[in-house]
Amino acid sequence: MTVSVFHTKNLMKVYQVGDREIHALRGIDLDLYPKEFVVMLGASGSGKSTLLNILGGLDTASSGEVCYGDQDLVHASQEILTNYRRHHVGFVFQFYNLISSLTALENVAVVTEIAKDPMPPEEALTLVGLADRMNHFPAQMSGGEQQRVAIARAVAKRPQVLLCDEPTGSLDSETGIKVLETLAKVNRELGTTTVVITHNVVIGKMADRVIRLRDGQVVESHHNEHPCLAGELHW
Amino acid sequence: MRALNRKLLRDAQSLWAQISAIVLVLGAGVMTLVVSVGTVDALKATQNDFYESMAFGDVFADLKRAPNHLSERLTDIAGVRQIETRIQAPVRLSVEGFSDPITGLVVSVPDGQQPNISRLYLVEGRLPLSNESLGVVISDGFANAHQLHAGDQLSATIQGKMQTLRITGIALSPEFVYQRSPADLFPDHLRYGVLWMNRQSLESLYGSEGAFNQIVMTLQSDASEHAVIDAIDEMLKPYGGRGAYAREQHMSHRFLSEEIKQLNVMGIVLPIIFLGVAAFLLNVLIGRLLSQQSQDIAMLKAFGYSAWDIGWHYSKLTGLIVMLGVVIGTLLGVWSSEAMANLYLDFFRFPSMQVGTGPVLVLEAFAITGTAAFIGTWRAIHRVMRLAPAQAMRPPTPTSFKQGWLEKLGTFKHLSQTQRIIARNLARHRFKATLSVMGIALSGALLLVGSYQFAATDQLLDVQFRLIEKADLRVVFTEPTSQSALRELSQLPGALHVEGFRQVPIRLIHGHQDYLTSVMGMSKSPKLYALLNQERVPVSLPQDGLVLSAYLAETLNLSIGDGVWVEVLEGEQPILQTVVVDTIDDWVGVSAYMNQTALNRWLGEGPVINGAWVLMNEGDADSLFAALWARPRVAGVGVIHLAETQIRAFIRDSILVMMGVLLLMAGGIAFGVIYNNARLSFSERAREMATLRVLGYTRHEVASILVGEIATLTIIAIPIGWLLGALMAQALTQTFSMEIMRIPFIITKQAYALSAFGVVLASLISVLMILPRVWRLDMVMSLKTVE
Repeated sequence: MTVSVFHTKNLMKVYQVGDREIHALRGIDLDLYPKEFVVMLGASGSGKSTLLNILGGLDTASSGEVCYGDQDLVHASQEILTNYRRHHVGFVFQFYNLISSLTALENVAVVTEIAKDPMPPEEALTLVGLADRMNHFPAQMSGGEQQRVAIARAVAKRPQVLLCDEPTGSLDSETGIKVLETLAKVNRELGTTTVVITHNVVIGKMADRVIRLRDGQVVESHHNEHPCLAGELHW
Repeated sequence: MRALNRKLLRDAQSLWAQISAIVLVLGAGVMTLVVSVGTVDALKATQNDFYESMAFGDVFADLKRAPNHLSERLTDIAGVRQIETRIQAPVRLSVEGFSDPITGLVVSVPDGQQPNISRLYLVEGRLPLSNESLGVVISDGFANAHQLHAGDQLSATIQGKMQTLRITGIALSPEFVYQRSPADLFPDHLRYGVLWMNRQSLESLYGSEGAFNQIVMTLQSDASEHAVIDAIDEMLKPYGGRGAYAREQHMSHRFLSEEIKQLNVMGIVLPIIFLGVAAFLLNVLIGRLLSQQSQDIAMLKAFGYSAWDIGWHYSKLTGLIVMLGVVIGTLLGVWSSEAMANLYLDFFRFPSMQVGTGPVLVLEAFAITGTAAFIGTWRAIHRVMRLAPAQAMRPPTPTSFKQGWLEKLGTFKHLSQTQRIIARNLARHRFKATLSVMGIALSGALLLVGSYQFAATDQLLDVQFRLIEKADLRVVFTEPTSQSALRELSQLPGALHVEGFRQVPIRLIHGHQDYLTSVMGMSKSPKLYALLNQERVPVSLPQDGLVLSAYLAETLNLSIGDGVWVEVLEGEQPILQTVVVDTIDDWVGVSAYMNQTALNRWLGEGPVINGAWVLMNEGDADSLFAALWARPRVAGVGVIHLAETQIRAFIRDSILVMMGVLLLMAGGIAFGVIYNNARLSFSERAREMATLRVLGYTRHEVASILVGEIATLTIIAIPIGWLLGALMAQALTQTFSMEIMRIPFIITKQAYALSAFGVVLASLISVLMILPRVWRLDMVMSLKTVE
C-alpha cells in the first residue's frame, strides 16, 4: 500500500461565533495519496473549505490528527506552517486572488522568489497556456485567464499538493472546463496530488476519487474506475 | 527587482496623492527640525568661533570712575587671568544728510593697538594710529546704515563738545554682536552706533585722565565667577561700581542666548506638531490600505510568506514615505537655513555665519521621522501580521452594526433616504468617521497655528504703543535733575505735555537668583505711561513696594507678597529689601516699577528725575529735536514711533516670515489631508455607490451621499480643529516667550474664521476633484470587485 500524503483522524473544527459554537468538522477520517486527483463535493456549509484550509495549513484543527507525511499539522507552530505552505502546498482560489498591480509574470514571481526549487515563472505560464499573456495585468485578462495565472502561480513552486477551492466557481462552463483541463494537465505532468473542492457534481466525473461531505462529515468516498477527460465534461 | 517590491512601487504610484500629503507633512516637520537645529548649530558655532578668536571677556563691570592704579589690585583677585580697563562715554552723533538724533557709545582701545580682551574684527580699514587723536573705528552696522567708509568723517558731541572724527576703520566686536542702544529693544543701526577710539584721546575728550570707568576681564578656567564678581564689587564700591556681571548677563550675549534657546525649543515643538500629524495620517493610510489589501495579504500568507515578510513589505512603504519626507524636508531645511542665517546676520553682527547641515542632523531627522512613522503604522501592520491566514482569506466578516441611540430615538425618520444613508454610514462607521474628523481637525488646527500670530502681534503692538507708551519722545538726561527741568522742557516749541521719571539700574536678588535690570520710578498714575493689569486696565502704583513684569517675577520665582532684595547700582549703592506688590502682564521687555517718591527716598535724594516722556505736536518735531539736542544735559532722545517701526520690522522679518511659511505649509497640508480623506472615502464607498446606481439611484443622488458625508465630517471637524489649534498655539506661545518680547496668546475671530475657511475650501476642491470619478463609476466593474 502506498504511503498517504495526508492523513486525518477524528478531525474536528469548532468555531465560536458570538455565544454559539459552530461545529464545522465533526470527526473526519481521511487519507490522500500521491498523484491522486480528488474532488470533494458538498453543499455550502458542509465543511469542505474548512477542511481544505486545515490541510493547507491556513487554519488549525480543534482536535484530532492531521498529518502531512510525518509532519503533524495540528500542533505545528506558525513558523512550521508558513514553511509548509511556502514549500509544499499550492493554492487556487475561487476569486483567483491575483495582485492587481502586478503582471501575470510578476504574480507568479511573487511565489517563485521565495520557493526552494521553483520552475521559471515563464515555464509555469507556458504550462497553463498563457505564454503570450505574461505581461498583462489581471484587469486586462478574462476570468479564465486570471484563474490559469493563479494555477501557474500555485504550481510554479512544484508543490507536492495542489489545493483548489471552487476553482471554476466564478467562471462560465466553457472557461471552467479549460481551467480543469489545466489542472488535469498539471496533475498528470507534475504528479501533484490535487484536491478540488466544489459543489459542482459534474466535476466529480474527472476525479480519481470523489469524496462527499455533509455537515462536517465524510458521507461517501468512491474511486472512479474510468475517470473521463475534463474536455468531456459539460454543465 | 523582486515582484513584491514592484507591487510596492505600484501601490505607491496609485496612492500618490495621499502619499504626497503625508510626505508634505513629514517634510514640514523635518524642515522645521533642520532649520531650527541647523540654525542653532550654526549660531552656536559662529558665536563660539567669534568669541574665541576675539577673546570675548568673561566678567564685566561698569563704574563711575576709578584711578588707573586700581587695575593692579584688580589683577590680584584670585581667578582673574587678564584684565583690561577702559573708558566708555555716551556720545551724540550726527551724520551728514540724516536729521534724526543719533546716539552712541565711544569705547577706548589701547593707543594704536588691539585690546587684549574683546578684540575688534576689522572688516575695513585699520585701527587709529597711536598718535591719531581723532581717528575712530565705527561699528559695521552703523557704517552700513549710513554708507560710511574708512576716510569719511562724522561729528560727535562728547561731554558737550563737538568734535569732527575721522573714520579709520569699520569693525565688529564680540561685545556688540547684538547692538542696540540701552533705550531700545531692537537694533537700530541708523540711530545708534558704537565707536572705538585711542584711550588717550578719549581720556582728554571725556575729561577722565588717569582714570577708567569700565573693566573687562577673562578668568582662569578653574575660577569661581561668583567669588570674582563679589571681590570686584567690593573693590569698586568706593568708585561708584554698578555691579560686576558675568558673560551670561552681558546684554548682547543674553539676547543671542535667548534666541538660541528659543530656536531650540521651537526645534522641538514644531516638529512634534508636524510629525504627530504625519504619524496620524500614516496610521490612517496604512490602516486603510491594509484592509483593502487583506485578500492579497491572505494570498501571500497562503503561499508561505511569513508574518514578518508581510510586516516588512508594508514597512517598506512607510520607509519610502519617510525617505521622501526626510529628503524633501532636508532640502527645504537647508535652503531656508541659509535664508535664516542671512536674516540673523542682520540682527547679530558676525563676520559671517557658518551654515551647513551636517550628516548627523540628517541622520537625526531620519531617526526621529522614522520613529514617528513607526509609531503611526505599527498598530495597523501588527494587526495584519497577527491575522491567521484563513481568517484573512475569508471575505471580511461584515462588521456587526447596532442601532445607535440617535437612531433609536427616531431622529433618522425625518431624514431623506440619502441623508439617512449618510447618517447611518457615519453613525455605524464611528471609528473611521472619528479618524477622518481628526484628520480634518488637525489640518484646521495647523491653519490656526499658522495664522494666529499675525493678529496676536498686531494686538501686542497696539497695546504697547497705544495703551502703555502714549508719549512721542523719551528723553534721557545725563544725570539726575530737579523737577524744574520738566517746566523747561514743557516750554520747548511743540512740547504739549511732559512727565518725568527716575530710572536706576538695579540688581534684583531672590534666593540664589539675581537679575540685572532697572527700576522705573514714576508718579502714581502717569498720563503718558500706563501699567496695565490682565484686563488691560491701568493700575496705579502703590505708595511702596515693587511692581514687576510677570515674566521677570516668574524668572526669579517671585510671587506677589514675596520679599526681594534690591541692590541699587548707582550713588551710595544701597541694598534694600522690599516686597513685590503686584505683577503686570507686559509683553515687551521686562522691568520693575515703583513710586518715584519712594525711589528717591531709597536713594537718599530729593525729588529728582533723570528722564521725561514728552507728548509733542507732530508738525514741530524738527524744531523740538533741535531744541532738545542743543541742551547738553540731554543724553538721548528716543522716538517712540520709531521704536514701533523697529519692532514691526523685527516681527515682520522674523516671526511673521516663519509664520507665513508655516501658514503656507498648513494650507498645503490641509488640502492634502482632506483630499486624502475624500479619496479614501470614495474608494471605500465605490462598491456601495455602484450598488446604489444599479438599484436605480441617479448620479446626483449617489454623489450627494459622498459630498454629504464629507460635508458632515468637515463641519464636525471645524470646532475640534479650533480647540486643537488653540492648544498648539498656546504651546507655541510659551515657546516664543522670551525676555525681549512675549507674543500674547490671543486668537482672534478672524484666525478662527481663516481656519474654518481653509478647511471648507480644501473640502470643496477635494470634492470637485473626486466628482468626475463618481460620474464615471463603472457599475459592473465595481460590483465584481471582491471585498
